[in-house]
Amino acid sequence: MSAQLVTELTILVLAIFLGFEVISKVPAMLHTPLMSGTNAIHGIVIVGAILVAGTADNTLTRVAGFFAVLLATANAVGGFVVTDRMLEMFKKRPSRSSGDAGGAGPEGTV
Amino acid sequence: MSETTSNFLYIATIVAFILALRFLSSPRRARLGNQIGAVGMAIAVAVTLAREGLSITWWMIGALVVGAAVGVVGARRVQMTAMPQMVALFNGVGGGAAALIALSEFDRLAPLPGRVSGSQTAGILISALIGSISFSGSLVAFGKLQELVSGQPVVYPGQRVGNALVLAAALALAVAAVSTEEIWLLAGLIVIALLFGILLVLPIGGADMPVVISFLNAGTGVAAAATGFALHVPVLIVSGMLVGASGTLLTLMMSRAMNRSLGNVLFGAFGLVPEGAAADATADGRSARATTPDDVAVMLAYARRVVFVPGYGLAVAQAQHDLARLGEMLEERGVDVKYGIHPVAGRMPGHMNVLLAEANVPYDELYEMERVNPELPQTDVAVVVGANDVVNPSARNQPGSPIYGMPIIDVDRTSSVVVIKRSLSPGFAGIDNPLFYEPNTVMLFADAKQALENLMAAVKSV
Repeated sequence: MSAQLVTELTILVLAIFLGFEVISKVPAMLHTPLMSGTNAIHGIVIVGAILVAGTADNTLTRVAGFFAVLLATANAVGGFVVTDRMLEMFKKRPSRSSGDAGGAGPEGTV
Repeated sequence: MSETTSNFLYIATIVAFILALRFLSSPRRARLGNQIGAVGMAIAVAVTLAREGLSITWWMIGALVVGAAVGVVGARRVQMTAMPQMVALFNGVGGGAAALIALSEFDRLAPLPGRVSGSQTAGILISALIGSISFSGSLVAFGKLQELVSGQPVVYPGQRVGNALVLAAALALAVAAVSTEEIWLLAGLIVIALLFGILLVLPIGGADMPVVISFLNAGTGVAAAATGFALHVPVLIVSGMLVGASGTLLTLMMSRAMNRSLGNVLFGAFGLVPEGAAADATADGRSARATTPDDVAVMLAYARRVVFVPGYGLAVAQAQHDLARLGEMLEERGVDVKYGIHPVAGRMPGHMNVLLAEANVPYDELYEMERVNPELPQTDVAVVVGANDVVNPSARNQPGSPIYGMPIIDVDRTSSVVVIKRSLSPGFAGIDNPLFYEPNTVMLFADAKQALENLMAAVKSV
């Protein structure tokens, strides 16, 4: 077992515990945006895609690399935009009392 | 930029992602968290493009541009009600990317015996396997939510055995690919894994898709971490596993909200009583009673306590503002109005909360299922607006039902139930709802928006 592998396994284990910890207290209302947000984060494969596409030396790897970059980019970009759209609706809500200036509707634009 | 420098800069990305996850867990800073995550991703891309030794071709730029365009257009143009299937789609393509990365890396490394470490090989195999399963599984999930594929569980004899065999074949190909270092065996593994992904998701009912998508999402995270082992890139390992771990926990939390184990969601359809038998048992000889807006208006205006139970139909009709206004009108008449929100009402958890919030319904009138159920026996009228499975008593009474065991909103325990629905067609789970045939239930057959507008007019004149 190489030193590099040991380091990689160490950060793997730490990442697992960290992943559990940071979302242990998410309210049910945010389950879907969180799912969407983590979906965007695993778009990080774009890094791997660029690396393999940038070192491609035959047709197979060039084609595979091209599509890998395309798909990974769609994942990352689409993921963050979709999540943002979902979260746009979770603005602080004014109370419904009439005459309250804030009660005119969601602040800013929809 | 050297490998070391880029790994150093990737630390910023990791920090950004950790903050994103933390902030996404609370409504206050959730949106900021997502934006921070996006910045972290941008940093990672820029750093990678600046790596020495890479040939940045026009093809690669084109792939980046087209991918980004697809992402932006797809994400912006889709309706809110179609959000879950977009998440499925973007998850799937991420998995596909991981599998393609594995294929490319295998091709680059395979002819160099002795230079490929065990961990690299393991990384390649895992990302190929899980990435492919996630890709095809997510596409099926997309199809089920988009109603291109039947929302009913697709079950056939020998299914369990068949699926197990397919998975075994995939694993056999993995072993073969490693020992012979033949790329075509890895390609074969990918094809079989794609097949398995389809077979895995096909027997799961449409109503369970959010849990399935969360599960596949976690899977893609693991696949991403695996590519990190294959390529020796720490940011992939950490980010991928952050998603893998948090996604797994989230999946368990979502299935617990439906009071079912994950195993039950993924594999529960096997050995079910066929749909026909369950449906006939309820519709036998009974009919659902139709009513008019005027009758319902009288019921509502003279009730003391009313609970509205919104569902997907409300979202589709975009009738949340009308519902909120009706609620206000009743409150002006002294009626106590509450909204009962089931955790999976709509197509995703929190869907109803978001819609009603958009319509300015105050938080304190939104009652979660556990809080509203004890109130229902003292409630005079429950109005079900475009919801179906979440108020289906079969979940309580019929052990053979696909939704058995799921906690529901017990509207059948109120004095009167009004169901606003376009027709008697089944809901997402594809089964009949005995609630409609109960003696104290009446049906208002109309589109949610139309029905609520008529009700408001009728209540005004009561």
